Amino acid sequence: MSGAPSEPMLPDPVLSVRDLRIGVGRGNELLHGVSFDILPGETYGLVGESGSGKSITGLSVMGLLKRPLQVTGGSVVFRGQDVLTLGRRARRKLRGDRMAMVFQEPMTALNPLATVGRQIAEMFVIHRGMGWAQARRKAVEALESVRVPAPEERARSYPHQLSGGMRQRVMIAIALACRPDLLIADEPTTALDVTVQAGVLELIAELCKAEGTAVLLVSHDLGVIANMCRRVGVMDRGRLVEEQDTRALFENPLHPYTRGLLAARPRLGSRSPAGRGRLTELDQVVTGEERGREAPTLTTPRGLRLEASA
Amino acid sequence: MLRFILRRMLQMIPTLLAVVLIIFVIFSVVPGSFITSLMSEGRNVMNADVLAHLNQQFGLDKPLPVRLWDYLWGLAHFDLGISYRTRSPVWDVIEPRLWPSVKLALAAMGFAAVVGIPLGFLAALKPGSVFDTGTMMMAVSGLSLPEFWFGLLLMYVFALHLGLLPSFGYQAGSVRYIILPAVALGVSPMALLARTTRAGVLDVMNADFVRTARAKGLSEPRLVRAHVTRNVLVLVLTTLGLQVGSLMGQAIVIEKLFSWPGIGSLLVDSVSTRDIPVVQGTVIVIVLWFLVINMLVDVAYAAIDPRIKVT
Amino acid sequence: MRVRFNFALGLVLALLVIAAAISAGWIAPYDPIFDADLMNSEMPPSWAHWLGTDGQGRDVLSRILYGARVSLTVGLVSQLINSCIGTALGVSAGYFGGWWDDLVNGLTNVMLAIPSLVFALAIMAVLGPGLPSLLIALGLTNWSWTCRIARSSTLSLKNQGFVQAAKTAGFGDTNIMRTQILPNILGPVLVIATLGIGGAVLAEAALSFLGVGIRPPQPSWGNMLTDARELIRTAPWASIFPGLAIFITVLGFNLLGDGLRDMLDPHMRTRRT
Repeated sequence: MSGAPSEPMLPDPVLSVRDLRIGVGRGNELLHGVSFDILPGETYGLVGESGSGKSITGLSVMGLLKRPLQVTGGSVVFRGQDVLTLGRRARRKLRGDRMAMVFQEPMTALNPLATVGRQIAEMFVIHRGMGWAQARRKAVEALESVRVPAPEERARSYPHQLSGGMRQRVMIAIALACRPDLLIADEPTTALDVTVQAGVLELIAELCKAEGTAVLLVSHDLGVIANMCRRVGVMDRGRLVEEQDTRALFENPLHPYTRGLLAARPRLGSRSPAGRGRLTELDQVVTGEERGREAPTLTTPRGLRLEASA
Repeated sequence: MLRFILRRMLQMIPTLLAVVLIIFVIFSVVPGSFITSLMSEGRNVMNADVLAHLNQQFGLDKPLPVRLWDYLWGLAHFDLGISYRTRSPVWDVIEPRLWPSVKLALAAMGFAAVVGIPLGFLAALKPGSVFDTGTMMMAVSGLSLPEFWFGLLLMYVFALHLGLLPSFGYQAGSVRYIILPAVALGVSPMALLARTTRAGVLDVMNADFVRTARAKGLSEPRLVRAHVTRNVLVLVLTTLGLQVGSLMGQAIVIEKLFSWPGIGSLLVDSVSTRDIPVVQGTVIVIVLWFLVINMLVDVAYAAIDPRIKVT
Repeated sequence: MRVRFNFALGLVLALLVIAAAISAGWIAPYDPIFDADLMNSEMPPSWAHWLGTDGQGRDVLSRILYGARVSLTVGLVSQLINSCIGTALGVSAGYFGGWWDDLVNGLTNVMLAIPSLVFALAIMAVLGPGLPSLLIALGLTNWSWTCRIARSSTLSLKNQGFVQAAKTAGFGDTNIMRTQILPNILGPVLVIATLGIGGAVLAEAALSFLGVGIRPPQPSWGNMLTDARELIRTAPWASIFPGLAIFITVLGFNLLGDGLRDMLDPHMRTRRT
């Protein structure tokens, strides 16, 4: 090589999604070729309306898509390996161990009939081959790390005895138990009280930073994204329409949809320069043509589950 | 827990009282009873004096409210009255029939659970498959089957044709006699259990916490064992209990068919002979069984499901 | 879809039985009671007697066709009575509340504690055998579930705006119950009633089998089985066909009811996928 200074080498991405397509039944495509990278230790945000496809993106990375939905094209390269080409067993081994997921509804995400401690300990038993006694001790430690007070007592509680915020912390403890390389957080705070949201988000940020865990944060809440993510991808109707550093996105949105999304935020306070005014609907700012071709939005009827039946 | 049981037992009393009241009122409308049937059926026409004497002996000449009160008073002392037919205490007539009925009910339920629950489970794990459709068709058929006809067919095939099993009768301690009636009685609960289990498993498999378990990397067998089974049991327990509770009543026809000396056949016999005290006593026992089973189901629920507070 | 298949098959079977019952008078080859040819008793199925003859030389097929009349009458009428009682009690209990509600609830609990066959048996003992007694007995036995559903539906409907609105507009209670609440609960009530027809047919058969329902020589599928039981060795067909008739009838109405339930109210279903 010549003596010219070389650029700092970017590390290989932890997750590299290329041209991912997801379809339902025959001919209905929900995701039209989504591509993005997540670097190790980075917190990457995926923002968009309901039905934009951000949740199913996360689910497909984990391999938890439910039967009518399936991946119809593209690749998902995780730590250098395209997980879409792996067999079910190999994929399962990655779940919980190298990649983990936290879901939106903490109220129903835990088995009501098993103690919280047991559900955490299960991770160590399955993935680290520990015996139950040892695993339970580690579970208590895990509870401590997510700042649950009186962890030994809490480990013996059942999910219904804990508050929503506490349950979500348990979920985080479970997800991070094996120190995965990637954490996918699908609307982790949407179902929580506003007062609790900040604490949970901080927790995620802190723990992942400490372990170097990359985070894919899926949310419709711009505030959450702004606080947590270094880079953001904007999704609209199955496409990734814009991707920028967070600050840049907010200051200078490029795509018309992004502009519309930002303009639709409620304005606080009567003293803001623009006055209170009415909320600007997305449709008033962004026209149909600007949003691109009509694409089916996945609206889920109540109760329809999109995740895997394995 | 003990307080819970006691409280439930206390709650049974009003229901029992109401049942006694209803049965009593129904039968007081009966224009005749065993006594009068003696008169009309017989070669011996009883004269009015004897009839009056008998009526007085059994207290039938008193007005209804008095009779009711007497009966309730007797009940409070665990006295079920005297049988018109045998002149012996009703309890003595009922008591030897209790155990055979209980045995039959438990055997039938055992069969239903051992066959029905696994079938329902397996059907749910492969929804829409041929096995699933087949099982559910079988379940609907099982629910539509007249059990005494099925019992008759079983008798024909196994007892008369193949000579494998006895077609009627009862022998304490022997298993052979209970097989056919238990299967005949158990088909309907089995079908219902299969359906309920299947629905329960499908519900649980679609639940959020199962998704979480998959996200944790659990294998399907492990997932089913550790997370699904107990949750399904909670859902199925109600049906199980209800079935056991009502089996005593449903066993009536089967007992008659197989000459099984239980409460059911006693009820039929005493109804046809208009032996009212025995009828009342039998109904009370059957209802009591139902209520006790219900209570046991609730106790089991409280034991299994930590969400239920036992106060 | 499996749901439609259930409904269709059930409908076909039910209509088949109804047709048999209605046309019995015309298509039955023999008189069910009087054409008793003792010389030809216990004969296996043949061209003269498609389903064979019973212990008294009567044609099994004809008796089955006439028996359909009994079973269907009992099934339909008793369920009609059940639905009326259950709906009346349930709706009024839910609508008015208070002590009436408590009373109805208590009564329903008691009825649920008594197995229906036992209760029917007791009533039959009082009323004596025969078709009218059967109709009354079975009509009084199975109204509890309808009552429960009617009550809970009424309660949830009461909480919705339009009942209040009707009240403020000055509509009387009976009017409201009739025009607002009733149409909304017809669906579930119909499902329960249809499923109950099967149960009533089974109950009638059981009671007749035991000798307290329809008495011979009047043909009922149940009492045909009583007679046939003696002959099971020599004339098994006399047992097989009546029972088969019961099975087909009950299956038909059960499938019909299942299909209705899945079509009308997804929340009540037993989950297809």
